[in-house]
Amino acid sequence: MTDVTASRPLSERTQLIRKNLRRRHMSETIFRALGLLAIIVALGFVALLFADILRKGVPAFTQSNLHLTATFDPEIIDVGPPPGRIAGQSEAEFRAASLKWQREVAMLNWNKVVEASLRALAPAGYEIAAKDLLTIPETDARHRLREMFVADPSLLGQTVKVDVLASANADNWIKGNIDRSLPDSQQQLKAPARALIDQFVSNGTISMGFAWSLLTNVDSRAAPASSGLLGALVGSLYMMLIVIVLAVPIGVAAAIYLEEFAPKSRLTDFIEVNINNLAAVPSIVFGLLGAAVFINYMHLPISAPLVGGLVLTLMTLPTIIIATRGALLGVSPALRQAALGMGASKTQMVFHHVLPVTFPSILTATIIGVAHALGETAPLLLIGMKAFVASVPATPLDQATALPVQIYLWQGNENRNFFESHTAAAIMVLLVLMIALNGIAIFLRSRLERRA
Amino acid sequence: MDTLTGNTRVTQSPDVTSTPVELSKRTTRLTARDVTVHYGSKQALHGISIDIPDRAVTSFIGPSGCGKSTFLRCINRMNDTIEGAKVGGTIKLDGEDIYDPSLDVVELRARIGMVFQKPNPFPKSIYDNVAYGPRIHGLARSRAEMDEIVHSSLRKAGLWQEVKDRLAEPGTGLSGGQQQRLCIARAIAVSPEVILMDEPCSALDPIATAIIEELIDELRENYTIVIVTHSMQQAARVSQKTAFFHLGNLVEEGNTSDIFTNPRNKQTQDYITGRIG
Amino acid sequence: MNSLIIAALLLVLLGLAYQTGWARGGALATATGTKVHSRPQYHASYVAVWTLVPALIVLLLWAVFGGGITLNFIREQIPADVLAGLDANGLNALVARIHALASGYGVVGEIQPYEAAAGNALRSFQFITFLGVVAAAAVAGLGAMLYARSRITARHRARNAVERVIGFVLFACSAIAILTTAGIVASLLTEAIKFFTFINPLDFFFGTVWAPNNAATGGDYGKYGLLPLLMGTLMITVIAMCVAVPVGLMAAIYLSQYAPRQLRAVAKPIIEILAGIPTIVFGFFALVTVGPFLRDIGAAVGLNINATSALTAGVVMGIMIIPFVSSLSDDILNQVPRTLRDGAYGLGATQSETIRSVLLPAALPGIVGAFLLAVSRAVGETMIVVLAAGNSPVLRGSIFEPVATITVSIVNQLTGDTDFAGPQSLVGFALGLTLFVITLGLNIFALYIVRRFREQYE
Repeated sequence: MTDVTASRPLSERTQLIRKNLRRRHMSETIFRALGLLAIIVALGFVALLFADILRKGVPAFTQSNLHLTATFDPEIIDVGPPPGRIAGQSEAEFRAASLKWQREVAMLNWNKVVEASLRALAPAGYEIAAKDLLTIPETDARHRLREMFVADPSLLGQTVKVDVLASANADNWIKGNIDRSLPDSQQQLKAPARALIDQFVSNGTISMGFAWSLLTNVDSRAAPASSGLLGALVGSLYMMLIVIVLAVPIGVAAAIYLEEFAPKSRLTDFIEVNINNLAAVPSIVFGLLGAAVFINYMHLPISAPLVGGLVLTLMTLPTIIIATRGALLGVSPALRQAALGMGASKTQMVFHHVLPVTFPSILTATIIGVAHALGETAPLLLIGMKAFVASVPATPLDQATALPVQIYLWQGNENRNFFESHTAAAIMVLLVLMIALNGIAIFLRSRLERRA
Repeated sequence: MDTLTGNTRVTQSPDVTSTPVELSKRTTRLTARDVTVHYGSKQALHGISIDIPDRAVTSFIGPSGCGKSTFLRCINRMNDTIEGAKVGGTIKLDGEDIYDPSLDVVELRARIGMVFQKPNPFPKSIYDNVAYGPRIHGLARSRAEMDEIVHSSLRKAGLWQEVKDRLAEPGTGLSGGQQQRLCIARAIAVSPEVILMDEPCSALDPIATAIIEELIDELRENYTIVIVTHSMQQAARVSQKTAFFHLGNLVEEGNTSDIFTNPRNKQTQDYITGRIG
Repeated sequence: MNSLIIAALLLVLLGLAYQTGWARGGALATATGTKVHSRPQYHASYVAVWTLVPALIVLLLWAVFGGGITLNFIREQIPADVLAGLDANGLNALVARIHALASGYGVVGEIQPYEAAAGNALRSFQFITFLGVVAAAAVAGLGAMLYARSRITARHRARNAVERVIGFVLFACSAIAILTTAGIVASLLTEAIKFFTFINPLDFFFGTVWAPNNAATGGDYGKYGLLPLLMGTLMITVIAMCVAVPVGLMAAIYLSQYAPRQLRAVAKPIIEILAGIPTIVFGFFALVTVGPFLRDIGAAVGLNINATSALTAGVVMGIMIIPFVSSLSDDILNQVPRTLRDGAYGLGATQSETIRSVLLPAALPGIVGAFLLAVSRAVGETMIVVLAAGNSPVLRGSIFEPVATITVSIVNQLTGDTDFAGPQSLVGFALGLTLFVITLGLNIFALYIVRRFREQYE
């Protein structure tokens, strides 16, 4: 036998190795650079995503307010005094009379009041059609004035200062969301209105303020500038409550059973495989389940947070079960044996000793699961939560929408210039909630673990 | 007894008396001077100085955690791969400082091979396991040359007879002892000058251990071998020079026969008589 | 109001039973002086369970059968000649009116005398039956309580009985997982089968045209060919994987093998933030930023790229999946034993050679499993595609054109419409079934591979 390597002089072997070294180190450097590049790309995506959302969303948190001085002119507000309670009148009769008066008030042309106050603010003799003038304030300005009057009829004939929102188009114009150089035909606002807005901005009649309406109003189609997230927030809150109330106890109980009590049998194997697969079933399939079972078969109300909550519960369960099982698995056998050795039954061991130790992990997993459910959209669309709802749901059985669905609805709004940043602002609210939830999870975890 | 006869030739049982070596006649391949190792703030080695002779087996013995493996891993700079490890002092291979920044660690490891405690064949075929080193270093110019390297390495590792018909099967399918010999063949295939062995038999049964020990004895004719071992008997059987480590210090070094029959140091004596360990 | 009364009843029963059990169990311990098997709280829980279950059974029976009984009662109140003149819908409307009258809400239109009479009768019927049910529940509960109490002796194994109940409840909770799967399969199957009574399955699975006629009420339902949707899904998934796999895998390799600890501690959680961002946010990002960006890039190099296209949706979905790929790969790379890496280093391999030729082959099965899980996630992803893929269910090969996917079409066909009568909405379930089978297959296969991989190194 010939020994190739040994028969060759040593220096030759070394030379062979050295010959390749440069190339090998080069490829090492390239590989390493690729790895670093991947990290930079991934981090870059995160940065880009957040920067983009912030850039688009932050402007929506300031909104242009119009400071009106409105006069409740008796000539326009041509209505008698509100009915007083007449002796001998029943409660129902009185209520009917007041309602009749309110209807009369509502029938009045409140736009005239708005128009008059705007003309008073404009330079004397400024030529602008009433229709165009009224594109400056948001359409809910007249409702504001009417509500003020209904609440306090003595305002008749008086002049009061009142702040209303500028319209979405005016807001776009002021913020520059719309290209100012576009020809008249492509502008949403007529030229006189645009010029007047600029005057208002320069003389302080229109000023920017924090957009509380985004958080305190419900969605609105007629008055886009006043549309807010309150309804969606409450809807999401109901659903989160349902998820917490149902998914957490059931999930933890199921995990305890599978990890601590289940005999090794076909059935438990089957349940295990089941749960692992459920965790990876696309969320939209849960939506189909909800539509078919909860709505079509059980006739639960459509668009209701109750149904949404149930669907999200089923979706979150596997996550909580898997995480809890992981936590239970991590408990040292020594603790179990110590408890059993003291004469505790298995149930006592689990509930008195094992569960308390795993509490921080379970809590964290739960919060993360709930946060995930909070951001879920697709299944909710299938159970009818896509409907436009302009009220705050009073109970989980009322029609409602959810935060991510509201984002979906807003991104589809025709007034792109206004709703793009409005949507981004809603996303910011959603992300802040999620980050807060995750932050709480991390905080609680470190707190509880330190104590344990 | 198949496994024993599978070896190319049956030598007499290796023990101290049967292999008298005049160490003083050997040249020194490796010299270590004042080597220290820190893991973070913890010091693992305190100034180790030792000469390692050419074409002989040097064994490092000592209780667990004494630093013998750590020192072994300094010799081919395997400690570089451990985060937070810092090595001080000098180690020279043929007079060349292996911690010199201009020295390429890749080339160094091609010259100083290593066999590990637990057999660690790659999840590849037996052939590819052995061919791995020559392949990355570009040592074979042709397919035939590569075959030759693989076959001769397997022969030298005494594994040829057992695996020649199944070179394409995964290396992980072999028995523990065979796996370790495969790892030795893998190390030999690069034609290193020095082979470091970190407790190569600790995961093996006695029969497999005997075969490996016999192999080590054969290999010493062509290679400088440094072996870390837990077992004093093994050190006595296979090595010509022995160094005793304790608590990160080199306590005593010398001819194996001297260390085992006539230790100068009290600690060494305590250890080899079983009082510490 | 009714539910409040029932809740109160149950609470009272619970308290009473627990107190009874506690007193009895405690008395045993003090009076007899013998060794009592279970502690008083177990006796108390034992009695409580015995009390509540029968009461709940009574209430449950009423919840199930009460509706039918009430309906029968109402029908009896309606004069025979009126009843004869009503079809099913008319009867439902009349019953609803009577219910409304009984509960005191007003109804639209003139109230017929027989309606008013039926309403009054129903009101008293409801009152009496409610009282009856509550009384029956209370009696059943109390009876069971007395029985349970009589069984408490010093040697009675109350703890074991209670623990059996707890065990059963725990089992029931884990069975919900099976029920969910069963519910998914059953609802998808039944509705899909209904769909296939309208449309030939062959036309669905192998049809190349997707053109549902959403307005039609009968006859021409339109075409429901799956292939354009499958093609769109496939294109977007492939693009997503092309983005996610290299970036995710290289990021995992860099973080687990090269990165200094500080970088790892910072970068890993930041990348994982991507996994927690709702998909609707990615969809918005794709629609308003990535899409126009890609279109401009395309215009710059002379390519006609649509702002909403398979490319846009695929790229953004790839970004979404990066953390999924990277954290799974990271786990798997870390499971490869260190000794293997040492073996390669010991032979003089560079770090990248070690990773490429030893680490990755060793981790390959696990990584493949991770990729399959990622694919399954991409296939089932909805919102990004709804917003950014352009919804154009036409069979074509260009990734720069708008496409539609299975998930998009489910949303399109099913939103807001819960009248599952025609194939227009039922097709959503056939699509859902297809999606479920695809993802289930991928998941089972992937989990199997990953499990095999783990066993290899355990």
